[in-house]
Amino acid sequence: MKPSELNVLVIDENRIRAAIIEEGLRGAGYDRVTVIDEMHGLARRIAELNPDVIVIDLENPNRDMLESIFQLSRAVQRPIAMFVDKSDEASIEAAVEAGVSAYIVDGLRQERVRPILKMAISRFNAFSRLNRELEETRGELENRKVIDRAKGLLMRSRGLSEEEAYALLRRTAMNQNRKIAEIAQSLVTAASLLDPGAKE
Amino acid sequence: MTTRHAITAGFVPLLDSALLVVAKEKGFAEAEGVDLTLVRERSWASIRDRLAVSHVDVAHILGPMPIACNLGLSAPAPKMIVPMALGLGGNAVTVSAALWRAMAGEGAKDDLDARGNGAALRRVIGRRRGEPLRFGVVHPYSGHNYELRYWLAASGIDPDRDIEIVVLPPPDMGDALAQGLIDGYCAGEPWNTFGVLERGGHLATVKAAIWKSSPEKVLGVNARWAESHPEALAALLVALHRASLWCARPENHGELAQLLARPAYVGRDAALLLPALSGTLPVGGGIVRQVGDFFVPHAKAATFPWKSHALWFYTQMVRWGQIAHTAGHRRIAAQTYRPDVYRAALTALGVAMPSASAKVEGALTVETPVGSSGALTLGPDGFFDGGRFDPDDVDAYIEMQAARRSGD
Repeated sequence: MKPSELNVLVIDENRIRAAIIEEGLRGAGYDRVTVIDEMHGLARRIAELNPDVIVIDLENPNRDMLESIFQLSRAVQRPIAMFVDKSDEASIEAAVEAGVSAYIVDGLRQERVRPILKMAISRFNAFSRLNRELEETRGELENRKVIDRAKGLLMRSRGLSEEEAYALLRRTAMNQNRKIAEIAQSLVTAASLLDPGAKE
Repeated sequence: MTTRHAITAGFVPLLDSALLVVAKEKGFAEAEGVDLTLVRERSWASIRDRLAVSHVDVAHILGPMPIACNLGLSAPAPKMIVPMALGLGGNAVTVSAALWRAMAGEGAKDDLDARGNGAALRRVIGRRRGEPLRFGVVHPYSGHNYELRYWLAASGIDPDRDIEIVVLPPPDMGDALAQGLIDGYCAGEPWNTFGVLERGGHLATVKAAIWKSSPEKVLGVNARWAESHPEALAALLVALHRASLWCARPENHGELAQLLARPAYVGRDAALLLPALSGTLPVGGGIVRQVGDFFVPHAKAATFPWKSHALWFYTQMVRWGQIAHTAGHRRIAAQTYRPDVYRAALTALGVAMPSASAKVEGALTVETPVGSSGALTLGPDGFFDGGRFDPDDVDAYIEMQAARRSGD
């Protein structure tokens, strides 16, 4: 059996993350990848698919159920061990840190399975990074909006040009050791308190 | 206090996380110099994983699970110790409206009686054709799994042949019941009260009726951490002890329900949490029953980590084929629970505690005064079928249960 013939199941309620893992595995030559993002009927689907390796997000509340299936499966001569290697603490830690867990059919050699876990860990980490960056971008957009509003207020009330308004905000922020967005927010809040009718 | 201890504790959003939540929120941890951080998890598997990689130092955990970890049944697993229990009781068996109607037709009553309602369930199963009834539990290595199986087996129902037992996350139980995916479940609170009040379920019996004063969640501690942080652990045990006293006072139940209801903790309406605290349980059809010792956070040495509890869990692992019985396995199970650590931490407080580390389970039919220091009462601790478990004769108990099984 070539590595690519391993039957890999990815279980993740987060469809985007599941797709990222799937794409990574396919790119690495694993052709038999199935993704399940719907937890309903999970036990039956696993029995049908009979996977060699299961990759699942650590926070999935169905993991207790999943592990109980493996326990039962001992009785049906298809034992499944959890994780890559009980003694491989570093990869266990990396996996938990990344938020991913993997279950492997007992008897599969470690070196055949480790690349799958490595891939899952790196893709999970990449996904978290992506999410963080998205959050930050969202935050920056919000900041830019509030700074624009503050500039508008200064331009109207003090007859400043846009550059002058921005320079004033920046100088104030520097003097008070705060962020420009914070100064802008204070100004917008103050203006709305002083003149509730005015939008800007 | 000059020494500060930073401790991170994992918990699953359930009523019996109460001691940890109260230790933090009511300042008992702070008073002992413990900076307690609580981390909420959605499965017991992730509690175990985070203990294994030291993301958490201690955790609210199913009583049998540290034993299963030490026996190598669950991986990746840290070596664990249990220096304290987090209360007694607290579970119930909820069945669907349809199954309850069938059971009532066979003589089941609203009294939660384990014997009578178990017999009614046996008759329902005897008449049933087609697919077997399906019951949910929360984990293979759980008090829920073992007490449900004990109740069924003692009622003449084979839990492996006559019904099907599946594992589900507790918050999904009520919906699975309402959708007909399962016919009943054994879970902790608030999920039985939720099933009854919001998903049309009916209580069949309760843990306190199957085995009175029986063990449930414990404080699971990474053994490596315990060895290197003895003072921090002792300080935490004192804080949890004080929290257990606070939780036990009826005048605090309202506030406790509000605390647990917060989104950071159980995140459910306080009205769903109060019944288990007061023992006044909605059983279905608008009927309410008062259940003595439904959930016991402090009285009756409720936080004492009895070796006999650990050994009973072990006998059930053997009984249901999860592990082979050997003297070595028995020793590992008994050594997982650490009454010596409990005593060392709490003796200075003058806390009344048992002088023995194990007891014959099921021997007390009434509340009985015991103990070496101060006033302490134990029991009643009976199994509903009159069974007794002598921790000094584990072999005989295992043989007796195996014989009963092959004999039918």
